[in-house]
Amino acid sequence: MTEKVVVRIERSHPHRWEEFHVERRPNANVISVLMQIQRNPLTADGQRTSPPSWDAACLEEVCGSCTMNVNGRVRQACSALIDHLEQPITLSPMKKFPLVRDLAVDRQKMFDALKRVRAWIPIDGTYDLGPGPRQAPEDQEINYVLSTCMTCGCCLEVCPQVGESAAFIGAAAISQTRLFNNHPTGRMNASERLRALMPEGGVADCGKAANCVQACPKNIPLTSSIAEMARQTTRQALRDWFFHDESKGSVITVA
Amino acid sequence: MRYDARAMPERYIVVGGGLAGLMTVIKLAEAGKHVDVFSIVPVKRSHSVCAQGGINGAVNTKGEGDHPDIHVKDTLKGGDFLAEQPPVRGMCHAAPQIIYLLDRMGVPFNRTSEGLLDFRRFGGTLHHRTAFAGASTGQQLLYALDEQVRRYESEGLVRKFEYWEYLSFIKDEQGACRGIAAIDLRTMQIEAFAADAVCLATGGPGIVYGRSTNSTINTGSANGRSYMDGAIYANAEFVQVHPTAIPGEDKHRLMSESARGEGGRVWVPKQKGDKRLGREIPENERWYFLEEKYPKYGNLVPRDVGSREIFSVVKDLGMGVGGEDVVYLDVTHIPAATLDRKLGGIMEIYEKFQGVDPRKNPMKIFPAVHYSMGGLWVDYEADGKNDLVPGSPRQQSTNIPGLYATGECDYAYHGANRLGANSLLSCIYAGMIGGPAMISHARNAAPKKGDVPASLLQGAKGQWAERFDKIYKMEGPENPYLIGQQMGELMVKVSTVVKKNPELDDAVVKIQEMKERWKKCSVLDTGRTLNQSATYLNQLWNMLEIAHLNLVASRLRDESRGSHYKPEFVLPKPKTSRPQDDKEFMAAWKARNDKWLKNSMGKWTSQGPSVLFQDLQSLKNPILAPEPRHYD
Ligand SMILES: Cc1cc2nc3c(=O)[nH]c(=O)nc-3n(C[C@H](O)[C@H](O)[C@H](O)COP(=O)(O)OP(=O)(O)OC[C@H]3O[C@@H](n4cnc5c(N)ncnc54)[C@H](O)[C@@H]3O)c2cc1C
Ligand code: SF4
Ligand code: SF4
Ligand code: FES
Repeated sequence: MTEKVVVRIERSHPHRWEEFHVERRPNANVISVLMQIQRNPLTADGQRTSPPSWDAACLEEVCGSCTMNVNGRVRQACSALIDHLEQPITLSPMKKFPLVRDLAVDRQKMFDALKRVRAWIPIDGTYDLGPGPRQAPEDQEINYVLSTCMTCGCCLEVCPQVGESAAFIGAAAISQTRLFNNHPTGRMNASERLRALMPEGGVADCGKAANCVQACPKNIPLTSSIAEMARQTTRQALRDWFFHDESKGSVITVA
Repeated sequence: MRYDARAMPERYIVVGGGLAGLMTVIKLAEAGKHVDVFSIVPVKRSHSVCAQGGINGAVNTKGEGDHPDIHVKDTLKGGDFLAEQPPVRGMCHAAPQIIYLLDRMGVPFNRTSEGLLDFRRFGGTLHHRTAFAGASTGQQLLYALDEQVRRYESEGLVRKFEYWEYLSFIKDEQGACRGIAAIDLRTMQIEAFAADAVCLATGGPGIVYGRSTNSTINTGSANGRSYMDGAIYANAEFVQVHPTAIPGEDKHRLMSESARGEGGRVWVPKQKGDKRLGREIPENERWYFLEEKYPKYGNLVPRDVGSREIFSVVKDLGMGVGGEDVVYLDVTHIPAATLDRKLGGIMEIYEKFQGVDPRKNPMKIFPAVHYSMGGLWVDYEADGKNDLVPGSPRQQSTNIPGLYATGECDYAYHGANRLGANSLLSCIYAGMIGGPAMISHARNAAPKKGDVPASLLQGAKGQWAERFDKIYKMEGPENPYLIGQQMGELMVKVSTVVKKNPELDDAVVKIQEMKERWKKCSVLDTGRTLNQSATYLNQLWNMLEIAHLNLVASRLRDESRGSHYKPEFVLPKPKTSRPQDDKEFMAAWKARNDKWLKNSMGKWTSQGPSVLFQDLQSLKNPILAPEPRHYD
């Protein structure tokens, strides 16, 4: 075990790589090392530099903020323990999202995708309307896992179908559609969500490479979500084709 | 995201998108109002996601005869009666309905085999009253509200200003709040926004203590700045230390009370410094000190009591595991499948960050700063029967007209100590009554947002631009992050589990020194894109102000109550099993209450905090008369 931690960070404004050496502390993780750098922002060759910018909040892998490429693999920086990483440790921002600065990127498109698939239960109001629908513990257990998605973006970063300009909505939003369609109330609007997944960039664009499921820090069964949503959208498309509803506007054809 | 402030007729601002902020937004949007919500992080990443254990409501599904009135009593007693009573009663009575509402929004609460909501036990009560979604209830609750807000966003009622930081509220000549100044963290642009009413839902100030169980964004900076601008900050000395957290380099990760609610036991080896692994130590060589001392509540005593006992076993008796500052929290006797189903989230946290399987090895834990009971003072209005008046503009209103506060940043619901799983509830409840109160305020207020003079907005914007220009030019020798770390270490040392007057006096001087050192800081970074050092410098000052107030209020309150504990000022133990039967004790207890059962009201002055102790309004006609707090 070396006494110090060697980190190489991909910086922006202007683009460059900087190396830092910091004292090694017990149970350290990538974020605690970045904090050490903040307290003494000197590069390995003794140059003053600005502390790198990054996103983080919870430090316990539940808020989804701190996603970055650590030694070339996308993951949450807060749970990347230094003891488990090969040195020098390289940190670079995610590449499938617009860069803001240094290690921080803009993941707005993921939140927009949630709007597109109407990822909510359309309740009547916040008034006292009694208990919600009964649910079997088995359904709760499936939904609970799906509902732990923290919009971190790991699944998009590794997906060959996702590019900065490509339209593909990504595994996270598809899996959220499954969550809401599997809820007794949410099910009532299932078709709206499915129709949102039909056009270009929807579920049919997935190439089934399954990178996403391996990258997901929350172990969300993304490939089974995608398969399930592909099935549901096909069924929906057929239904729409047979019962073409003029009021809904355009005819939707099977992909 | 620019818009003409005068183009829209009525507009509300909510700062903060945790549970409290989002519930406030929902209440406003549901009434058809336009709302702008500001947050330093995308609201879905707010600190509320960290909450693990659950949310309380006396739904009474376990045949235990639970009732909202018992919840009221547990909450008031848990907080040693330092909370205004009508809002507490309002909250506890709304709790079952709030849980049902969340259920309807799709929160995947754990279920019984009949498909109904399941409830677990938490500290400070003898009932199964806590609804939960695995061990990540806060995440699930926040997502449910986030989804409802996204729905309003897609309908055009809500606009999100994410990666925007609140700098201050804007006051008119009459002293009323007419909008806010904020900075776009990505472009460092400063803007002023007019509003008919503003609500702060900016969470707690855990980072004032450096390392705590809180998210790194919980600086309390917005609260500190609002206090500097005239909002009263009450009961700043009451900060909860949670008994069970994993000590860490960057933060102390919480091991939720639910671990004990599901049967987890706290112990240390009977033999001092025993070097064997926890799992190798036989049952009869373990000291279950909480169970021994508190046979009725056992491991589920309230948090202040639990933290003090652990602290004393380790610090006074030197009985920490292996001579270190830790004790065991043991769930190894619970079947692994049950642990995964009910406590999965926290089992993973321990395994991931400690590299040890807590299903097989007792966990090593120690108390850590967790929650702030104190915060911005807010009003309430109740009728003669102590029921809150629905829609009164006084609910959740700070002393600044037009400025509201909800959630952990308010001081209202938890008195001297918060019960587990009561915070998520208070956040949501405060939002539910705060939103309508803002609407009433806007309806009654004479000046409207439309007539906020442009000069007022320009003035605020100019002032902040000037302040940041000064910050960009700071090039002294001090590093602000280092000062922040030292402030945290100081606060943990003198103002947590045990407080002592000479140490507090010393610390006040040190905080003043840190304020001087702040002026000699370097900005570290002069960039105009996501310059986190510049914004940190601004936050750090506001944190120093909160620390200063906390120390002064702690120093002045010469008693022990809830989380605030001074060994010099402790009531003698009652000599009878019912304290009420010990006349001498009751006389001492009453004398203490006459002097100290008061809110500390912190007012900022340029010379430092001014703290006044003020009677509670509701004790003139209380719902429950205060009684001695004991859990033996
Ligand atoms: C680890 C942990 C576990 C917990 N478990 C439980 C539990 O099981 N049950 C329970 O009842 N309670 C629990 N609590 C307490 C509870 O989680 C918090 O008290 C509660 O979530 C606070 O919610 P909030 O809405 O007030 O603030 P937060 O969720 O902290 O949200 C604050 C918001 O304000 C924004 N903000 C802050 N400053 C600014 C600014 N200057 N400008 C713009 N925006 C700003 C943030 O971006 C954020 O959106 C737990 C706390 C912790 C730390
Ligand atoms: S399975 Fe589909 S979504 Fe997942 S990585 Fe492959 S292409 Fe992307
Ligand atoms: S599905 Fe997994 S990887 Fe994708 S955003 Fe959600 S948590 Fe992250
Ligand atoms: S900081 Fe929240 S996931 Fe890492």
